[in-house]
Amino acid sequence: MWSLQRMLRQPLSRALALSPSRLAPLTARKFADQVQAQPDNVELFIDDKPVSVPPGTTVLQAAAQIGVEIPRFCYHERLAVAGNCRMCLVEVEKSPKPIAACAMPVMKGMRVKTNSDLTRKAREGVMEFLLVNHPLDCPICDQGGECDLQDQSMAFGSDKSRFTDIHFSGKRAVEDKDVGPLIKTIMTRCIHCTRCIRFASEVAGVDDFGTTGRGTDMQVGTYVEKMFLSELSGNIIDLCPVGALTSKPYSFAARPWETRRIDSVDVLDPLGSNIVVATRTNEVLRILPRTNEEINEEWLSDKSRFACDGLKRQRLVTPMIADSRGNLTPVEWEEAIVAAARALRDCPPNKLLAVAGELADAESLVALKDLVNRLGSENACTEQYFPLEGAGTDLRSSYVLNTKIANVEDADFVLLIGTNVRFEAPLLNARIRKAFIHKETDIASIGPKVDLTYEYIHVGDSASIVKDFATGSSSHEALKRLESAKRPVVIIGADQLKTPEGPALLAYTQELALRLQDKLADKEWKVLNVLQRTASQVAALDIGYTPGVGKYLQDGPKVVFLLGADAGVVTREALPKDCVVIYQGHHGDAGAAIADIVLPGAAYTEKRGTFVNAEGRAQQTLPAVTPPGKAREDWKIIREFQIPRFCAAWIQRLPATRLMSSVHLVGGRPMLRLPVRGAIPAFLGTPTSILSPNYVPDCHSSFATR
Amino acid sequence: MKEKEEQFSFTSDNLRKAKKSIEMYPKGREGSAVMPLLYLVQEQCGWVPESAMRYVADMLHIPHIRVYEVANFYTMYNLKPVGKYLIQICRTTPCWLCNSEEVLNTFKKKLGINIGETTKDNLFTLKEVECLGACVNAPVVQINNDFYENLTPEKVENIIAELSSK
Repeated sequence: MWSLQRMLRQPLSRALALSPSRLAPLTARKFADQVQAQPDNVELFIDDKPVSVPPGTTVLQAAAQIGVEIPRFCYHERLAVAGNCRMCLVEVEKSPKPIAACAMPVMKGMRVKTNSDLTRKAREGVMEFLLVNHPLDCPICDQGGECDLQDQSMAFGSDKSRFTDIHFSGKRAVEDKDVGPLIKTIMTRCIHCTRCIRFASEVAGVDDFGTTGRGTDMQVGTYVEKMFLSELSGNIIDLCPVGALTSKPYSFAARPWETRRIDSVDVLDPLGSNIVVATRTNEVLRILPRTNEEINEEWLSDKSRFACDGLKRQRLVTPMIADSRGNLTPVEWEEAIVAAARALRDCPPNKLLAVAGELADAESLVALKDLVNRLGSENACTEQYFPLEGAGTDLRSSYVLNTKIANVEDADFVLLIGTNVRFEAPLLNARIRKAFIHKETDIASIGPKVDLTYEYIHVGDSASIVKDFATGSSSHEALKRLESAKRPVVIIGADQLKTPEGPALLAYTQELALRLQDKLADKEWKVLNVLQRTASQVAALDIGYTPGVGKYLQDGPKVVFLLGADAGVVTREALPKDCVVIYQGHHGDAGAAIADIVLPGAAYTEKRGTFVNAEGRAQQTLPAVTPPGKAREDWKIIREFQIPRFCAAWIQRLPATRLMSSVHLVGGRPMLRLPVRGAIPAFLGTPTSILSPNYVPDCHSSFATR
Repeated sequence: MKEKEEQFSFTSDNLRKAKKSIEMYPKGREGSAVMPLLYLVQEQCGWVPESAMRYVADMLHIPHIRVYEVANFYTMYNLKPVGKYLIQICRTTPCWLCNSEEVLNTFKKKLGINIGETTKDNLFTLKEVECLGACVNAPVVQINNDFYENLTPEKVENIIAELSSK
């Protein structure tokens, strides 16, 4: 493995050295030691427009700078240059032949013509060759409507066909490959751009794809039948310019022009990747990545991409209350709310426990904490544990990724402690791999020896190594490298902190990071990173939740309010027999199974919710579809316990934006501000809280009758 | 013929040759030795089995697919078992003008096989190739490592008779 990855490093960085400007993230910081003498820019003319670019830029990139789009199939700005599709051929004055713009570096005084007769003829010729070997099955092709080949043949192709081979040798056909349950292959459609091959070997780090055979017999595939075992595999669907690689779960589901696209944020890993939710008739059909250079670039992990089918299954669609025999029975909202409110009201404050799960949004977290506090309790906690020794969660920097995801690329040494980044945060791992390949970053890991898709120094899997590193008593090579690094990064996995040695592990990691931080010349650079496991944890800690339920469970709570807590840390066995469990969430999972009262909430595609990702970035999801059945947005359900009845009805008539734009970051912490508090018009009379003893249920004014 | 799926490994002699080939390339570039190594495999087995490709890939620390790609690209690697004598008939223009087609047909008729096939006794495999670089004495046929030049159908019959009786 060692030399395998080393080999990839050199040619790639050379190939990509052509495009320095595209590689750096938009927000890339310039570091003191990185500033080099800039060579003079080269001036050239594209369609008679002058453009000045650094030497080494390709003609295609220079053209992009002045808004001239050159068609391409194989070229992709995040992959190495292949130059094999020839679609980007352009005429250059004094050059006898058209040149491939994607691979040609600019030269002084070059005069490029992207719209001359020669260029147009070259493009038309390339299109004709591609179409000779491409089936005319657009009507049954899933790429139809978002196909580069379709679009470019409209724009640059010939208006008629000269293909007559169908009567003689027939059309070229290629056997389909089986690469697993997520990616459907129709290899006859393949135009051999090799984007999937380059993605697999450069970004995913799973070198399984290649070309076999030559000439007309060339095929893209794995040669031996093999599943594409990568956590980023779905991205080759987006990369494929034609319909050769399409999404298996989405096959024959919809046409792109039929779907409605809503920009949103992913919650299935802690990074909060930006996504586009494609819906039709109130159904989420697929999830695509949305470019955000600071988080996911333009990739998306398979879990985030393919998990959307779960949004249609096993949903909680109606409020439920356990009957005398313990079976959950559907009831009306009013009944469930009143039952839950009574349980909450009658519960001694110190016996009340609220547990927030992995997917809770900041609004409902704030609402739930407000509710618990108003009832006189402080028992609001999250499922995921985090040690409270030392500074605990008082300082935000002790539980987020301080370096920031994009800046990891600029690190010169990365130390991973007890984390398999590849599965905990696949796109962070892709960043580390990118740094490893393009920037000569080296990585060391303390923890189990796992395949991270790049090579690293495995220091060992004992927590005591961290202590040796922190005190400087270790003589390991990795520590020396770490100490001499100019921009070191230490990433510790939050899952590791659940163990009995967790607090010590965290303390020593902090000590190590602090020691490294003090020595840095660049005071802006942050060393310590804690990689949380869930989308809700950072927001919950920001808001003031206590991490972990352990202590509270031992106190024998009387009422437990589970806000989407499905990780199984709260079980019936751990609770007293007479304990009332209220579960609010969107799926019938571990939490709902032990509940006495079930309040159906909305999933992340169905609500406007704020999520704070592992690096502490607050982002908002947008509702793409309406919640199924009687399910409602989560914060509104919780507010129902607090808001006087008429106000609940009043809230219904308010435009959603007046209420929901209301998560503010106050001192880095999200705060929910509701306009209803203290703003009750006098003519409505004295409000009666649902929690007050003299409250009479009134179904007509119920907020639940939507 | 059924391809044998058994673990391949170099003989000690070939291993030594392989090491020598690898040493010709700078450290970290061992992958460059893939072609000489595949050729060694072919010398040892007569063809290049899939298990041998993986063996070579592991030896050079490169992904398996990179070796599959190379072995598939070049036509001189036999990806299927061949007979004791691999008959490669030149079909490029000079040979063709000198009646290579007749030579080919004689081979086909006498051996009872088509191009790409092997006789039942595992003695002969017939293959068509491009220019063998001996146009001066066309038509040319290469059998294993020997060239047979200025061929006529009669000479072909003699060759087959001679090789069969060996």
